Amino acid sequence: MSDSLRVKTSPRVKTAAQWSKLMFDMEIALIPAVLFAAYHFGFSAIKVITVSVLACVLSELVYDVCLKRERGITNGTAVVTGLLLGLTLPADVALYVPILGGAFATIVVVMLYGGYGQHFMLPALAARCFMQISFATPMTTFTVDGVSSATPLAVLQAGNMPNLTDMAIGTVNGCLGEVSAIAILIGFIYLVIRKAAKIVTPVVYVAVFVAFVGIFGGHGFDMNYIGAQVLGGGFLFAAAFYASDLVINPENVLGQVIYGALLGLLTGVFRTMGSTPENVTYAILVCNLLIPLIDKYLPVKEKEAA
Amino acid sequence: MKNKHLDAIYNGLLRENPIFVLMLGMCPTLAVTTSAINGAGMGISTTVVLILSNMLIAALRKIIPDGVRMPAYIVVVATFVTLVDFIMEAFTYSLYQSLGLYIPLIVVNCIILGRAEAYASKNTVTMSACDGIGMGLGFTVALVILGLVREFLGAGTAFGITIYEASAVFEPISIITKAPGAFLVLAMLSALQNKLKMKSATNGVNGGEEKGCASDCESCGGECH
Repeated sequence: MSDSLRVKTSPRVKTAAQWSKLMFDMEIALIPAVLFAAYHFGFSAIKVITVSVLACVLSELVYDVCLKRERGITNGTAVVTGLLLGLTLPADVALYVPILGGAFATIVVVMLYGGYGQHFMLPALAARCFMQISFATPMTTFTVDGVSSATPLAVLQAGNMPNLTDMAIGTVNGCLGEVSAIAILIGFIYLVIRKAAKIVTPVVYVAVFVAFVGIFGGHGFDMNYIGAQVLGGGFLFAAAFYASDLVINPENVLGQVIYGALLGLLTGVFRTMGSTPENVTYAILVCNLLIPLIDKYLPVKEKEAA
Repeated sequence: MKNKHLDAIYNGLLRENPIFVLMLGMCPTLAVTTSAINGAGMGISTTVVLILSNMLIAALRKIIPDGVRMPAYIVVVATFVTLVDFIMEAFTYSLYQSLGLYIPLIVVNCIILGRAEAYASKNTVTMSACDGIGMGLGFTVALVILGLVREFLGAGTAFGITIYEASAVFEPISIITKAPGAFLVLAMLSALQNKLKMKSATNGVNGGEEKGCASDCESCGGECH
């Protein structure tokens, strides 16, 4: 292959031990969201998340065994992918969805590109996109205790105002991990303290998004409307756990600012002008594809890398 | 293989399969293989055009001036495509409708122009016909396999017959019948073909004749791979 076709993915995390520690931190950071999902959605949430984690871990194991690769399973990356995927699914989704999603995320998005660290797209989100296109009805039917109701974003799109306090605590409808803003924030703060997250990207992401919905949302800088946009849907979850990803992120700080701004811009465009209420998945996936380009024109300086 | 005619057919069918080895004609391949029937229809109509155009171009190869050979090929191919287009509209109307624009687009199909340029313009009429049959069969078989896999995974049917229905246990993965699925399935099948080391130009089995760079990557020694 000629060099012009080769996309460089830098070894952003240097040692296996470092990687395992990061993954362990990610798992801990996701615990509040998992616990809240279990409390709010009940047993079905635990079922979906468990199946999703198992699917990711087993797919990686089977792939490694079949291709006689070195076992990467011990470092816990597959568990994190499984958790991230499970948390983006609705509670009452049939179990073939997390199984297929986990297999797709692990094998197609990660393993075929050379394993964790070499993938260029967030595996959990790519799988979610795959599932959403394939199984539109199960993926957009949100229920709490078997009763389906509109998600806050659907309420917002219909022109009404959802209750902000409920959204902050998380007693609303939606995907498993996205409902409780407080649980997400606790996880994110933990990641920041443990230095297991990029901080620039999420901050710019939120800022640009708030500015965008404020200017183009049609409600001006109405705190209720902006609050609902920020707290609703997968935006906060995405900002805290996807935009802060250490691998899928430009290395250069200016690159991170650009990446975060693009994320905010696209999410804003999709939210305010798109036909479906929630499109964070697509916004992030599109921006993922731009990272190699950003890295190419804004290479990291030696000082920053050290 | 001793018989050179059979060898030319075998070459197109397996060793230089236009889809899985040469990766030619990707546009119709990705677009129409939503079902096995569509794939077969596309494959057969392309085969007919390919055989006829290969023969006519081989017959005219000494008359066509080098400088205008591309326009000449296009005129020849377009003539046959128009014929096939009208015949399909008359006799297989539903297939004609589901293939739509892709029948006229056979005119600019890479396989047809590629074979005209690489083979028919240098070989006899009978050999070119055999090459057309081989390439056409290879294309058809590949499209049917692709269509079958996509149909089975994406809609739960095979040749239009329902194999399984959507249920609580499993549901057809509808993305497979959409555009991204075409890329996924094609990549998977090509990977499988490579993994199984099926005898093909890219797996290091040289056909023994001059085939240019698209042929034997393992023993070519070029820097492209």
